[in-house]
Amino acid sequence: MKKLHFLEVEGNSKGFYAFFALFGLISLIGMLAAYYMEHNGHWVTGMNNQIVWGTPHVFAIFLIVAASGALNVASISSVFAKTAYKPLARLSGMLAMALLSGGLVVLLLDLGRPDRLIVAMTKFNFVSIFTWNILLYTGFMGIVGVYLWTMMDRPYNNLTKKAGMAAFIWRLILTTGTGSIFGFLIAREAYDSALLAPMFIIMSFSFGLAFFLLVLMGSYKYTQRDLGDYIVNRLKNLLGVFVAAVFYFVVVYHLTNLYSADHRDITLFILTGGGLYTFLFWVVQIALGSLLPLVLLYGPTGKNRTMIGLACALIILGGFAQLYVIIIGGQAYPMHLFPGMEVTSSFYDGVVASYTPSLPEFLLGMGGVGITLLLVTVAVAAMKFLPASLADEVANPHSK
Amino acid sequence: MTINIDNKNNDETTTDSASKEMESSRRNFIFGSVAAAGLTVAPGIMLYQTANARSLSDFSLKEGASSKVRWGMLVDTTKEVDWNKCVDACNKEHGLGNETNSRDEQKTQYIRVVEVKNKGTGYSMSLPVMCQHCESAPCVDVCPTGASMKRADGIVLVDRHRCIGCRYCMMACPYKARSFVHEVLTDQTENTPRGKGCVESCNMCVNRIDNGQEPACVEASDGAIIFGDLNDSESSISKILAKHGGKQIRADLKLNPGVFYQGI
Repeated sequence: MKKLHFLEVEGNSKGFYAFFALFGLISLIGMLAAYYMEHNGHWVTGMNNQIVWGTPHVFAIFLIVAASGALNVASISSVFAKTAYKPLARLSGMLAMALLSGGLVVLLLDLGRPDRLIVAMTKFNFVSIFTWNILLYTGFMGIVGVYLWTMMDRPYNNLTKKAGMAAFIWRLILTTGTGSIFGFLIAREAYDSALLAPMFIIMSFSFGLAFFLLVLMGSYKYTQRDLGDYIVNRLKNLLGVFVAAVFYFVVVYHLTNLYSADHRDITLFILTGGGLYTFLFWVVQIALGSLLPLVLLYGPTGKNRTMIGLACALIILGGFAQLYVIIIGGQAYPMHLFPGMEVTSSFYDGVVASYTPSLPEFLLGMGGVGITLLLVTVAVAAMKFLPASLADEVANPHSK
Repeated sequence: MTINIDNKNNDETTTDSASKEMESSRRNFIFGSVAAAGLTVAPGIMLYQTANARSLSDFSLKEGASSKVRWGMLVDTTKEVDWNKCVDACNKEHGLGNETNSRDEQKTQYIRVVEVKNKGTGYSMSLPVMCQHCESAPCVDVCPTGASMKRADGIVLVDRHRCIGCRYCMMACPYKARSFVHEVLTDQTENTPRGKGCVESCNMCVNRIDNGQEPACVEASDGAIIFGDLNDSESSISKILAKHGGKQIRADLKLNPGVFYQGI
């Protein structure tokens, strides 16, 4: 095995400026969309008093969930001592921080009063799982930051394992917290399940690794660095396991809900009669986002980089669909004010709430993705996050 | 009306006017003195007469909300009442309905008339639904900043200076009682400072209660909504609840709302 050597991406290059401009533009458009929504108020969005969390929340929660998942590669290296993943640990930690930043920006800018961020940072209600999440996100940034430091500053390398363990435990708690934002809502039948927290953890494994693999393959392709099959195959095989695990959780989640009479209505709504939500569930989440990627990753195309990239993109697309169904579909289905009765009112009781995502909402969400990728672009050029080569003779610990 | 609203503020006003009369003439002075004395003693007599039942005016906000009190409402859905009158009164009191851009599903409603029909039997009824002022309010639990709060006297309300507009409380409320202000508002009423980007809901007309008045919907309900202190066994609401009972919407959630209904 050749010696591992980390190297910055050349910042003074056309490629760097092109990506910087592209992701910067997407981020800028997102910020302008946020300004437009905040200036006018949320009436310019598709959100309303029934669907109170819309498309920005789908993006924000995707990015936050993916953030903790992206850290997995580093955890496998430091906590579970798998040397094969060590070259990827820095990118993993940095990507986790970048994803979390993007997600938090979206979440913040969709607040009714983002100007009151200081209130959210100083007035805490510790009964609120939201408060816990604010602390968990802030802590994640700090811990992963220290973790990266121990990896990148040689005198502190001996602390990497401990920092990695802390980050690993923290990320598990963090995703539990994110899942619990929904799991703690007694009123909403769609979310009333303890299964949501572990399901969010396994979703984070899958979405985070898919994003990681795409960024890895993309950055090595566009910097013309070697990325051998050894590392890619390991990652894509692991990704397939995570996709299958998410699929398993989804099946169990819906089966248990179908079994209990009081959750059957909402489950049947999502699975059969929910229009767009049903389409997103079966076609995008299950067929395109779960089954097709499994075929692409494990089938005859399993070694084709383009197909692996496509599988990652599909997993991400399926992830968005899954969160859209959970977050927006779960709100669209009416709450039972009087269970078993037919209910109507001027406030849309008893009817499926309508929601059409607006362009500014989508652009804000994309802005979060843009910020993530912009941070990654700058980070890989500024510091030594990427190994100069991940060719098999470098990456494979068993290679001669 | 079942709530006793002999208002201390009124007493004070009357006392003030009596003082003026005292200056005008000796005859008026005597009359005024008697009247003032009578009115000063009257609340005591009234309290004595009603066997310690506390009146709303006793709680007008001089010492802050007290946990000895739990304000509640009892809605009698069996009475033939046009509930829309309550909605109108609420809208007027809080200056609602002044949105100019929001779509219907984005407009604020503190109280709404809900039609309930039993598909099996065909029986139907209508009832007003507003914030249920839960004892274990999910909106208060989930609010990250503590903007969503419960006053010592059981009234659940939003501190509009602290609300960051995250809408988690709207996700948590089983009664869909909350609205989000989707646009810039102008011409708000003095007592209800509504503003873009904050969540709001029925606050049981806390401004009126603190002034010794009943909530606007109660006043407009032709006696179909009774307001009072649930902690006071001698209050009308407690007596009626003790005698005839009352149900809470989604009592199964065990949130112990302060709003009770008869006929549901």
